[in-house]
Amino acid sequence: MAATLDLISFAMLTLGGFCVFVGGVGVLRMPDLYTRMHAASVTDTAGMGLVIAGLLLQAGWSLALVKLLTVFVFLYVTSPTAAYALANAALLSGHEPEDVEDRTGAGP
Amino acid sequence: MTLVFSLFLLTMLVIVAVAIVNSVNLFSAVMLSGIFSLLMAVNFFVLDAADVALTEAAVGAGVATVLFLGALALTGEREQERPPAQWLPLVIATATGGLLIYATFGNPVLGDPQAPIHLHVAPWYLENTPRLIDIPNVVTAILGSFRGFDTLGEVFVVFTAGIGVLSILGVRHTLVEITATELDARQRSLRHHLIPRVVGRGMVPFILLFALYVQFHGEYSPGGGFQAGAIAAASIILYSLLEGDDRGRELVPEWLLRLMLAGGAFLFGAVGVVCMLLGGNFLDYDVLSSVPSEGQHLGLLLIELGVGITVSGVLLTVFHAFARRASR
Repeated sequence: MAATLDLISFAMLTLGGFCVFVGGVGVLRMPDLYTRMHAASVTDTAGMGLVIAGLLLQAGWSLALVKLLTVFVFLYVTSPTAAYALANAALLSGHEPEDVEDRTGAGP
Repeated sequence: MTLVFSLFLLTMLVIVAVAIVNSVNLFSAVMLSGIFSLLMAVNFFVLDAADVALTEAAVGAGVATVLFLGALALTGEREQERPPAQWLPLVIATATGGLLIYATFGNPVLGDPQAPIHLHVAPWYLENTPRLIDIPNVVTAILGSFRGFDTLGEVFVVFTAGIGVLSILGVRHTLVEITATELDARQRSLRHHLIPRVVGRGMVPFILLFALYVQFHGEYSPGGGFQAGAIAAASIILYSLLEGDDRGRELVPEWLLRLMLAGGAFLFGAVGVVCMLLGGNFLDYDVLSSVPSEGQHLGLLLIELGVGITVSGVLLTVFHAFARRASR
């Protein structure tokens, strides 16, 4: 039982770490602010969720479990809000989304 | 593992520090300094200094960033034209840096039990805290009781800083009658952004609750007056940012801020004087109760409360002073 839980937990942590990595690569590689934010959201949602779920399995029934759940709820509420505020502020200050079609040269 | 993590953190610190110095845009410099503080907080945590980490995260990454942004609203976003490179400062800085790096070779290894700091008074504190103060958090015992004089001094430094900002940014202010639409136009708040407002307002009570926990649980876990004061101030500042500075000032009116500013430091000093009146030394809490350790508990509770009140009062006063200048 414990071994199975450990295995699931490790898998979740690894997958979570991979999602964080993907988010980081996306932030560096995407062309403009909005697509970068889109990439970063992988870190905020899948990465954060999987890492915390993996840690929850490691914590067992303890105080750490409650704390991790609190962190999860807190991040679950605040990071979309922060993303919204960032995108909204960018749009209001005149950042137009770039036309990716033109950049790739696929257009006519 | 910890070594790898520490190396990573310190490398990131250096990178962020260089980026702060290099950035011409002051806004991004402020954001980078927030990141620097968060990294520093993690670093303190790795070094097992949870109390310091909490302070660094709350003040450095939270409140200080907002205050910097308030200052930027008063000035400008871009740095002035840099003067051409000067050689003398570079030579002095390089020489000092080299000297400091040379000095680190004389330092004991991290975690060395034979380091001088572990052989001087630290063992005495660790040994006698359970007997004399009877609380688990030795940091609070040292800060509040053994070295209470230093902490009193720190509180007065914070108090003086608050007075200094008030005297520079102006206590006097003229009240100008303006209409509601004008007021709305002047607001630099997020009042018209529904989502951050709703979520932020939902957070405020929890942050305040956490501040109270940090305040009154400081004898058992990391925390205490300085951290709690900063966290409480952060929650009110969040409210002011969301709802506008005027509503924030309605929530914590100015007379209350003045009272907090002076009252906390006064409470700290008054506990010391009461100790003297009861026949002990200044800040010797043993005499506050018939059982010495209970007297210590009472004294620590009161002085931590004083610290918390003054710190949050000063931070809020500074924030309001900036915000009022910016909204003029």
